[in-house]
Amino acid sequence: MSAAIEFRNLFVATQQGRLLLDGISLAFDEGTTTAILGRSGSGKTTLLRTVNRMVEAASGDVLVNGRSVRDTDLIALRRGIGYVIQESGLFPHFTVERNVGLVLEAEGHPRAERIERSHTLLKTVGLDPASFAHRYPHQLSGGQRQRVGVARALAAEPNVLLMDEPFGALDPLTRAEMQEMMRDLMTRMGKTVVLVTHDLDEALYLADRIVLLSSGKVIADLAPDAFMQSTVPEVQAYLHAFHRGADQPAHGRKE
Amino acid sequence: MSSSFLQQNGATILSLTIEHLWLTAAAMLFATAIAVPVGVWLTRSPAWARPIIGIANILQTIPSLAMFGFLLPLPWLGDRAARIAIVALTAYALLPILRNTYAGIRGIDPAVMDVAQAMGLTGTQRLFKVELPLAASFILAGLRTATVTCIGIATIAAAVGAGGLGELIFRGVASVDNRLVLAGAIPAAGLALIADAALGLLERRLRVPER
Repeated sequence: MSAAIEFRNLFVATQQGRLLLDGISLAFDEGTTTAILGRSGSGKTTLLRTVNRMVEAASGDVLVNGRSVRDTDLIALRRGIGYVIQESGLFPHFTVERNVGLVLEAEGHPRAERIERSHTLLKTVGLDPASFAHRYPHQLSGGQRQRVGVARALAAEPNVLLMDEPFGALDPLTRAEMQEMMRDLMTRMGKTVVLVTHDLDEALYLADRIVLLSSGKVIADLAPDAFMQSTVPEVQAYLHAFHRGADQPAHGRKE
Repeated sequence: MSSSFLQQNGATILSLTIEHLWLTAAAMLFATAIAVPVGVWLTRSPAWARPIIGIANILQTIPSLAMFGFLLPLPWLGDRAARIAIVALTAYALLPILRNTYAGIRGIDPAVMDVAQAMGLTGTQRLFKVELPLAASFILAGLRTATVTCIGIATIAAAVGAGGLGELIFRGVASVDNRLVLAGAIPAAGLALIADAALGLLERRLRVPER
């Protein structure tokens, strides 16, 4: 297996010179799912966004399918990478069908092909095209919007899928449904997925590997089992913080 | 107003109304052709937004009679009164269109713009498929404000001989004939109301439903 995504001694800084990523070196194998954990501001989203060059590296390099993102045409690079974010970012003036087919539209594919593809993808994410294709985003529930967001990200058949807290804004039941759908999709499609999340359970359920970031540095890069048993103090602190609610059932668990 | 008055002046009122509309429409066309691209450019270079919108703001504060007066001695413009009127009206129409284009595009949900960029839309595709459609109702609202304002200001263009319904008003004032004043003022007000309603309807149709 070759690395689908590789970070080589990657540094990213703000314009003011504050380091967001501090020498990251990681390699994600093709067809695997990697969850990136860490507190807010630890650099998770920044790391994700260096892959489609929404964030530029100050030094070091990012390789996608063995090629430096800097040597790849920016538009082509981005079209070849699926991107899903928490707020879905659906285009409110387009129907579901057109939202899903927009990358193909941008590439100039014929309309009939776009519609066919978008209906296939809607079925893939569990939405019936007959009832959803012509709706607008504001006519969808939060979970349905995220499903459309996932369908849209898959439209150009990317090898790599970047997901930035895709289910973070959903209620627990909807989130669980989405996670099941994603797990099913990942096993069927064999994409290389990078998943930024705040949810340890989600990471354990979906990921082959867990990376913990802190202040722009990699603290842990482990398989889920090893992560749970890690003796690294930062990992233990993270696990403890996450499972604190479970130790105190009398007070219930906060979202 | 007696029917004999209308019989006598009906044709004049009609032709002056058409002239009035023509002056305003030409100015709107020029103002839109200038202000929308400039507004788009400002969203790319926001550092310029304050000074440029400031200039449009200052233009807006020049009293209209003075504006027509300033333009009168200019070489090419002074030859034809209609040119003066159109240039002056264009200047007044710039601010609302410019400001709304800028604000309309800047106000688009950042998540939408983020995805548009991340999914590999080119700058042109983002502008025409995402930004302009999403800002369209704002831009139109600016155009509507500009149109209503300019229909009013265009009545003053008659002071430099540019014609339009102001001509009847000025004649009426000079000859102390209220019927003439009303013959100019009522159609001008009617035009403004109709333009406001029609553009308002279009604006609502272009509005994109939020979530």
